[in-house]
Amino acid sequence: MPETAILLSDVTVRFAEKRLAFDCAVPAGAAVAVAGPSGAGKSTLFNVIAGFETPRTGRVELLGKDMAGREPAERPVSVVFQDNNLFAHLSIADNVGLGIDPGLKLDSAARQSVFSALSRVGLGGYERRLPGSLSGGERQRVALARALVRRRPILLLDEPFAALDPAMRGEMADLLAELRAETKSTMLFITHQPEDIRRLADRAMFIEEGAIVLDEPVRDFLSRREPPGVAKFLGHSAI
Amino acid sequence: MLFARAERRTLRAAGAFALCGVVAFVGAATAVLLGHAGEGGGAPLFDAYIRRVATFTLMQAVLSTALSVLLAIPVARALARQRTFPGRMWILRLSVVPLGLPALVAALGIVEIWGRQGVVNDLLRLAGLKNPVSVYGLAGILIAHVFFNLPLAVRFLVAALERIPPEYWLTSANLGMRGGAVFRLIEWPVIRRVLPGIAGLVLMLCAASFTIVLTLGGGPAATTIEVAIYQALRFDFDPARAVLLAFLQIVVTGALLALLSLFGRPPEEGATAGRAIRRFDGRQRRLADRLVILVFTLFTAAPLAATLVSGLAADFMRLALDPLLHRALLTSLAIAFASASLSLAVALPVVLVPQLLGAGDTGMGTRLMARALPAVGSLILLVPPVVMATGWFLMLRTFGETGRFAPAIVTVINALMALPFVIRVLEPAYRTHLARTARLALSLGVTGFDRFARIDWPALKKPFLTAFAFAMALSLGDLGAVAIFGAEGFVTLPWLLFSRMASYRTADAAGIALVLGVLCLLLTLPSTAADRSSESPSSDA
Repeated sequence: MPETAILLSDVTVRFAEKRLAFDCAVPAGAAVAVAGPSGAGKSTLFNVIAGFETPRTGRVELLGKDMAGREPAERPVSVVFQDNNLFAHLSIADNVGLGIDPGLKLDSAARQSVFSALSRVGLGGYERRLPGSLSGGERQRVALARALVRRRPILLLDEPFAALDPAMRGEMADLLAELRAETKSTMLFITHQPEDIRRLADRAMFIEEGAIVLDEPVRDFLSRREPPGVAKFLGHSAI
Repeated sequence: MLFARAERRTLRAAGAFALCGVVAFVGAATAVLLGHAGEGGGAPLFDAYIRRVATFTLMQAVLSTALSVLLAIPVARALARQRTFPGRMWILRLSVVPLGLPALVAALGIVEIWGRQGVVNDLLRLAGLKNPVSVYGLAGILIAHVFFNLPLAVRFLVAALERIPPEYWLTSANLGMRGGAVFRLIEWPVIRRVLPGIAGLVLMLCAASFTIVLTLGGGPAATTIEVAIYQALRFDFDPARAVLLAFLQIVVTGALLALLSLFGRPPEEGATAGRAIRRFDGRQRRLADRLVILVFTLFTAAPLAATLVSGLAADFMRLALDPLLHRALLTSLAIAFASASLSLAVALPVVLVPQLLGAGDTGMGTRLMARALPAVGSLILLVPPVVMATGWFLMLRTFGETGRFAPAIVTVINALMALPFVIRVLEPAYRTHLARTARLALSLGVTGFDRFARIDWPALKKPFLTAFAFAMALSLGDLGAVAIFGAEGFVTLPWLLFSRMASYRTADAAGIALVLGVLCLLLTLPSTAADRSSESPSSDA
């Protein structure tokens, strides 16, 4: 196992009106909170790692391997979004089963691991239900169950708690912490809540105007009073 | 409460007026048909001819629908998948064009491409085929119906595919779904939901298609009920047969409407999620998809291009000086303007009276009207223009006055034809507008005409103009109602075009077709071009 899970060097992405540049090294097994104002480029960072966005320049290395030309599915990455992670017309079991075979050809061993993944996230017995009949928190847990069966060493969570109420956020965060301890995966999650960072992260990244301006252990990050963007985010008055 | 008391009273009166007017107009035509049906007497009702005509009507409608809808699936998938190739926006806009084009103009363009002297047959002859395609008969009817309805189905399907949440595509790429799995697990469930509605709509349009069958159908072997009505009245002068056929048509369309209400919700072209859609499965299929899109584009654009080319070759100097063309143009524009105005005037109460219910007005009369008015809006689907014109023609004939009243009857029929479209444009726009502004307007006391002029019109100008332009184009291109009357001295643009075609003055016909086509597209295209819902994708951080 290489020590660096994610290595971005001189990666640039260009849109019509802005240019983003990323450089970072995420140690294997870390839980990294990614924060920053809307539109700063947090999702773009995820898209570059997951292979949804092809950088103009630079190098993306995951677990020591160059990702150039690799399709999203060929990367060691699972992604969970804020919403719409599940196909609304497929049963819960099918949605999880897609993580084992994307054509849904499942043998009985595969079915068994779908069941156990669902009961691991506390949703045993929900197999036949449709996503529409679940609460937002339950749907996110199904998405986690799918990530669980996929066994990819890197997990990207794009505002996974944003649609949840405070009590559910807590539960989800606890579950994520447990899963991470079990799977030893590297985890990046985008959040707007300092609370989530305290609860879950051991490192924090701050992105502003298309660049990673901070990338440090969470303790240092949480006690920062500057730059002003970070102070504002943490709720410290920037004096 | 969405309306002040005086406004409610006006609306109720307008609703009653519209309801009674439409019911009386359609009822009178049907009553006359009923009266004539009694006279029929001893003639054998269902002879072989009528059976054949009825069978052909259904057969060509089912085949046209199956072809349009099945071909639309690969085209729509390709267009939804390939999001960035140059010209994508123009192809989506092109697929709106047939909807605004008069059937007669399209038929002419299709003959140019698929006819004996057309490009397709030239190519087939080069390939060594002895008996190339004949555009007259079933083949031509199917080609024309697919020309109109394939783009329509494609647009509905693309809209449905674009309503799929963008995260689905990211997730499917992350999971590594292959093309087959993407179709089976993501696209097909969406397509299956909208397909019955689209197929039902296309089936209705094809079952009541008059102009296409009149121009491209040939003889008793390829005649639909509507065309048979026309022939019974205009050539054989056999009102009894016309009446019988008219009832047959009502039965057929009624059965189809009932079927439609069972299966399909009407398709919508509603807005997408508004977020950028990115497809990762487009790369591997780029070549095949582009080929499909190219063939679709050629099929749709070629008749339009042919209309343009042969139209421009016409002797416009002579045409411009032709007094008959002037008169036809003026007559058509006058009828189109009047019928569009009438259509909007009837549509307003149809749209607004049901809104009274939510506003606490639960009087018996209002409730009844709110139920009945939307049905009035689609009465024309049950009693098609040709059938309605037949009823009125037979009635006026007894007074010997078919010529004098023809323009008025055609105007009303055209207005009723446009009604379903007008309502579809106005209803959602008005509903959201009222939800947004009605309470504020009432609390400020801005009611009645002030409200219309200062609050409603500025916000609803665009849907009003769109509906008006569409209604005008529909009337400008209509041949059905005019053909039944076809009186001396009453010449509209489509009728003039039709008689030029019938007398083989092809150069003149091509010129008139170009004028008519350009006129209709000028009316319909601006409103559709402004609709940017499914156009260029934008990337954002």
